[in-house]
Amino acid sequence: MTADTHSHDGHDHDYDHDHSRTFQPDIEESPFGQYQVMAQALGELLIEKSVITADELRAQIEWLDSRSPADGAILIARAWNDPDFRKLLLENVNAAAESIGLSAGDIPIRAIENTPSVHNVIVCTLCSCYPRALLGLPPDWYKSREYRSRTVREPRAILAEFGTVVPDDVEVRVHDSTADLRYLVLPMRPAGSEGMDAAALEALVTRDCMIGVSLPRTPRS
Amino acid sequence: MKIRFAVGDAVRVRRAFPPGHVRTPYFIRGRSGVVDEIAGAYHNPEELAYGRYDCATLPLYRVRFSQADLWSDYDGPVGDTAIVDIYEHWLEPAEGGHQ
Repeated sequence: MTADTHSHDGHDHDYDHDHSRTFQPDIEESPFGQYQVMAQALGELLIEKSVITADELRAQIEWLDSRSPADGAILIARAWNDPDFRKLLLENVNAAAESIGLSAGDIPIRAIENTPSVHNVIVCTLCSCYPRALLGLPPDWYKSREYRSRTVREPRAILAEFGTVVPDDVEVRVHDSTADLRYLVLPMRPAGSEGMDAAALEALVTRDCMIGVSLPRTPRS
Repeated sequence: MKIRFAVGDAVRVRRAFPPGHVRTPYFIRGRSGVVDEIAGAYHNPEELAYGRYDCATLPLYRVRFSQADLWSDYDGPVGDTAIVDIYEHWLEPAEGGHQ
């Protein structure tokens, strides 16, 4: 306990009863904006009109929260080790996922292949379209106005801020997922990963390299 | 479904500013690119946004733009590109296309 928390009113406190100074704000105390009001009202109306049940809404949120980049990494690692699976992944990500017991959801997802001459990066300039079934919820920066605007305006500067410097003889190709499709970058297999098994390869595949702002980890020698 | 454009066609995004739920970003309106891929047939989001789920589907294209054509001061290599998904009713033939 520091001196100023028990000597402020002249008598000896072992602990501070002034709760207003020690509590962090609750979620409800943060600003409640127009869009949050609309989203909450829409949810309540859908339940009231029996379009969905409260449990279905809860289950959908639970499912979304349970998604993570681990599923995406399984697909990428498998594509690195299995040429037939790689071909299927590039043709149809949803079917490729289903073939190994994963769910990529109902929204069509495309895998975009990095090559020695093309580096791909994904953005949704209009909102936050993202392959959530395979990568989980998008990071806050992905939804920020700065990322959404600068990725199409000055992609190399954005990539450099993520630590990814793309050589001038490599094309930077920005994919703006504005419509019905979602995109997942299939990065190039890192040098030094030859002979690695699926689990070791999956550990090299980060969320950010599947968005395209980064490259896979390099294997430790 | 009739598909108006083929892969490789030069197209221009309509320079229009209608109200409503429009999925065509501002930065490519009025700009020319090349059809990179025909992504399939989808419902028009401008209709879906108003609950008109029975509207006809229309082709969705992946259109490739040269960054240098989008930004006059783009300072990256001339080969840099952006690919944007655009519904057919937003596209018209561009000069140099082989329509």
